[in-house]
Amino acid sequence: MNLQNYTEVAFSALSQNETFARAVVASFAAQLNPTIEQLSDLRTAVSEAVTNAIIHGYEQDASKLVRMECRIDGDILTVTVRDDGCGIADIALARRPFYTSKPELERSGMGFSVMEAFMDQVQVESVPGKGTTVTMSKQIRHGD
Amino acid sequence: MEINAQKRGSKLYAALTGELDQHSAEKVRIMLDTLIHDITVRELTLDLSGVTFMDSAGLGVVLGRYKKIQMRGGKVIVTGVSASVDRIFRMSGIYTLVERR
Repeated sequence: MNLQNYTEVAFSALSQNETFARAVVASFAAQLNPTIEQLSDLRTAVSEAVTNAIIHGYEQDASKLVRMECRIDGDILTVTVRDDGCGIADIALARRPFYTSKPELERSGMGFSVMEAFMDQVQVESVPGKGTTVTMSKQIRHGD
Repeated sequence: MEINAQKRGSKLYAALTGELDQHSAEKVRIMLDTLIHDITVRELTLDLSGVTFMDSAGLGVVLGRYKKIQMRGGKVIVTGVSASVDRIFRMSGIYTLVERR
């Protein structure tokens, strides 16, 4: 059976919503019967994308909204995290391990590297001044 | 996030409990820096066995404390590292700086 399912949430660009975003993805993914490790991977990758949207995209402006969409197509879970914030001028540079535009926040610069390691595919689209969309997918094999 | 700390001589042991993400990182940073403000601390052990979630923000916190302790010639040790946290630590190369026990 080719299961298809979809949900979306929007939340204020506040760092306390990182826990909420992780819980949404974990709850939605539960129907695919993921392993503990797969759930942990999803939670970690989503946390990185949401953190980027909040602290980079929106510069922690709580009046702005982060939008997250979760989609299931068969055994593939796809999560899209979108902000209408400042955007990324050089995506290749932003994705480079250890690169951070905010060293003063003690950011490790490993956010995109973690997303890439914990998901099967990570796609980043960004327009400076318009916003950034991160689309990540992972195959969830039943009882694997 | 809670931190339980014990100091014995120049060694400080800090057990972290809870979620370590960008939201809690600032608070954890301040709590740990208050503890290692005592310059007699030369060895900091971070026990992560009670950490239920950690992403790269946590890596930033550990690296930041390493830089402070290393400046005074001390060392940082991590224990109780979960498989997920270990993966983040390994990809960052942090084990060349911080010892895992």
